[in-house]
Amino acid sequence: MTYLPKPRIHHPSLQRNRVGFTRRDYEGAMSTLCAGCGHDSISAAIIQACWELDIQPHRVAKISGIGCSSKTPTYFLSASHGFNAVHGRMPSVLTGANLANRELMYLGISGDGDSASIGIGQFVHAVRRGVNMVYIVENNGVYGLTKGQFSATADQGSKSKKGAINTDAPVDMVGMALQLGASFVARSFSGDKAQLVPTLKAAMTHVGTSFVDVISPCVAFNNHPGSTKSYDYVREHNHALCQMDFIAPQDAISVDYPAGEVREVRQHDGSVLLLHKLPASHDTGDRVAAMNYLHACQARGEIVTGLLYVDPDAPDLHAHLDTVPVAFNTLHERELCPGSAILAQINAGLR
Amino acid sequence: MQPTDIRNPQYFHKVVDCQWACPAHTRVPEYIRLIAAGRFDDAYLLNWDSNVFPGILGRTCDRPCEPACRRGRVEENNGAKPEPVAICRLKRVAADNRSDSVEAQMRKRLPERVPGADQLRVACVGAGPSALTVARDLAPLGYNVTLFEADAKGGGFMRTQVPRFRLPEAVIDEEVGYILNLGVEFVGGHPVDSLRALLAQNFDAVFIGCGAPRGRDLHIEGRDAAADKIHVGIEWLAAVYFEHVKKVGKRMIVLGGGNTAMDCCRSARRLGGDDVKVIVRSGYDEMKASPWEKEDAEREGVEILNWLNPKSFVHEDGKLTGMWFTPMCAEHDANGKRKLLPTGEPERFFECDEVLVAIGQENAFPWIERDLGIEFDDRGMPKLDKLTMQSTLPKVFFGGDAAFGPKNIIWAVEHGHQAAVSIHNLLQREDVRKRPPPLTNLVSQKMGIHEWSYDNDISPDERFVVPWAAQEKTLKNIHQEVELGFDLQTAWKEAQRCLNCDVQTVFTKDVCIECDACVDVCPMDCITFTADGDEADLRTRLTAPALNLAQDLYVGGPVKTGRVMVKDEDTCLHCGLCAERCPTGAWDMQRFLFAESYAGRGEDYSALPCKKQAAA
Repeated sequence: MTYLPKPRIHHPSLQRNRVGFTRRDYEGAMSTLCAGCGHDSISAAIIQACWELDIQPHRVAKISGIGCSSKTPTYFLSASHGFNAVHGRMPSVLTGANLANRELMYLGISGDGDSASIGIGQFVHAVRRGVNMVYIVENNGVYGLTKGQFSATADQGSKSKKGAINTDAPVDMVGMALQLGASFVARSFSGDKAQLVPTLKAAMTHVGTSFVDVISPCVAFNNHPGSTKSYDYVREHNHALCQMDFIAPQDAISVDYPAGEVREVRQHDGSVLLLHKLPASHDTGDRVAAMNYLHACQARGEIVTGLLYVDPDAPDLHAHLDTVPVAFNTLHERELCPGSAILAQINAGLR
Repeated sequence: MQPTDIRNPQYFHKVVDCQWACPAHTRVPEYIRLIAAGRFDDAYLLNWDSNVFPGILGRTCDRPCEPACRRGRVEENNGAKPEPVAICRLKRVAADNRSDSVEAQMRKRLPERVPGADQLRVACVGAGPSALTVARDLAPLGYNVTLFEADAKGGGFMRTQVPRFRLPEAVIDEEVGYILNLGVEFVGGHPVDSLRALLAQNFDAVFIGCGAPRGRDLHIEGRDAAADKIHVGIEWLAAVYFEHVKKVGKRMIVLGGGNTAMDCCRSARRLGGDDVKVIVRSGYDEMKASPWEKEDAEREGVEILNWLNPKSFVHEDGKLTGMWFTPMCAEHDANGKRKLLPTGEPERFFECDEVLVAIGQENAFPWIERDLGIEFDDRGMPKLDKLTMQSTLPKVFFGGDAAFGPKNIIWAVEHGHQAAVSIHNLLQREDVRKRPPPLTNLVSQKMGIHEWSYDNDISPDERFVVPWAAQEKTLKNIHQEVELGFDLQTAWKEAQRCLNCDVQTVFTKDVCIECDACVDVCPMDCITFTADGDEADLRTRLTAPALNLAQDLYVGGPVKTGRVMVKDEDTCLHCGLCAERCPTGAWDMQRFLFAESYAGRGEDYSALPCKKQAAA
């Protein structure tokens, strides 16, 4: 943290994107998190991804709960809509907002405490409904704001800063998201922007529930030997499933590659995910295979990162409910109050 | 790439762009901080130590520091007008606000006397900036220094050619006085007309700092017939100083595009010239005059005309009536060499009453006998060792404009410093080429978790303009100084624009945990962690491309993942946010001290006020 605002002066070569903004325009207030917090890197990755996707900041809603992670929406996209919900209640606030205005992009920012403990029921139901959102869990395995107690995602047998051993089994949010029907499931690491930024871009363009678990070391309380969420531990045990390139709809794929080495996933908006070095045994379109792969890695003591599963054609909550295709705030009296003839028709249908 | 060796003092010295560019390597950011802290005496003395004439240079310096200033690069594409810090004018603030006790403080900071030096005699020919610097450096060591000067007072070109509306005489008197008061013998009104005779007086060393006293004349048609209305610029400026010239004609033409031409035209505006034209052979941007001197002249109503080559003077009945000029253009030949050629357009005539010829200066050494052992090159310049300023006659040294032709005051000062070191070595029977090592130091500026000993907040202000006296006043009175200097509030604000480039970002690879906090927070995208490569390759792979090849890459590492940390020094604001965000202290802000050493100062010597005060 620092008391000074970041100077507005920027590098002379700073570029503008297609909607006229520089990367600096997607920044927020100066972070008050601890120096070196993984969450700040995730904020920087979100900023980078939004800039690269030419997203207009005012078309984004960032919604969070309580905790270190949930503070971070202040530190990026200061020109976007924001809502800081009650602890663990981000998913229902987001669901409501999404139903009312489906035209915004929804970033649900949460942490392991906010989502795996107090808000786990909210998490479960938002995912199984298929709310169109990017659900980001900034996962550090501890309660940082209350000085480092184990959270529900802390691995069994991992050691706290004070030396206590965690005896409880962890909540595996990636496994749960797969099982609950999320149509985009990925895990990444705050210390690997080369992976995190394309992952976030793919998640942001995906229609449906995108769940991204980002392991984010807590420098103050969970970056010591014996921790399984420290920079060193994650780097040593990281099993990157594949390398992903995100190709925006307007960009032609300019790289030639031998057939079979790279797999393409086409998304609804026309963007393409290029998956390099994906193990031949793995199919990102197979939910069961993804769950097996996840658990196999877990059993080997590896932390699998990258895109585990994506269903580019999944329906979202609006499709399930057959809602109007526009935001509610664009509906007029004409559509909302269609007149007594229509009412009579509806009543007749119920007789 | 090899990791950067920050133990090499020149590495961080180069990052301090202003100090690196200054011939005398004045510690600019340090004195700007002292000014901001209201410590004007310390700021003055720090300047005095390096450049000897802070009050004079604060008004007249050619400011090589300012085009080099990092602020002028990083404001680009940010502010409407990217401009460097007004370094030169801040120096004047230190001089304007110093206390009366500054001379007493000066003496406390002088080096120790050298045993036996009082038996040795050094003569200086001329009492301009280079010779005065030699005297300043050698007299405190105990040497007997005698200055021989043709004019009655010391100061040389600074006194007789720089006009009073730019540099009041009192400033020269004070700063020349400080040196003469160090026990230097000043022999005024004594032109040296024979070096042989001077050498016969058994001086142990002789320093020649007689300037480049001869103004170049222009021998074209009509020059001699109208001679009384055609003057050589530097001679005319001296005549104005001595008040031999008090009035000029209404219509004036100044030939030449250097700073002397600017002094001529602005002086002419004050002595009755209503219509003053500066006519230059080449283009506006190629003129040798500093951009601000051109602006100042134009602000006073001087018209600058370019691409016109003087052809002839026109006179009627012995009276000058005007001049003919040939329109020119520049062409590059096959070898890329630039040549001026007539465009073929009709020649142009300009009416005038008087002409000032300011087309350059020449060195002349008619008083140096050619059989003394001092060799001259085919341009008539002495053959010198560029490091030591020593001529081919070992006890004779040159400096200032006399050494390599016309330069400026700050170069003259640096020549003086180096010549003084050489003379000291010669007289102490040491290797003349030996240079005392610079005093260097690198100290953390961390005071607390987010607190630094320097003001690391970046001021968004654009450069402040120095206020001018009203033009009705300045154009009527040639003694009225034009620039009034910054007031203290403005000076503080201008000082805050300094980026403190001497407070260095120092990286320790062993404690870096690669959390990317520094990369994310850097406002200039200076920092990258990436796979190693050669420099040309790395420069293209950074967060922001490092296109300024004159600026180094700081490479640290390899870090744990095998990558290297690469920082582009070019645009770093030295704001310290990387160090504030670093959880492990892998980044630290450390103030780099680089103080050039002068004669008689070894490794154990420090002119730093803090050290002296601590000892007291």
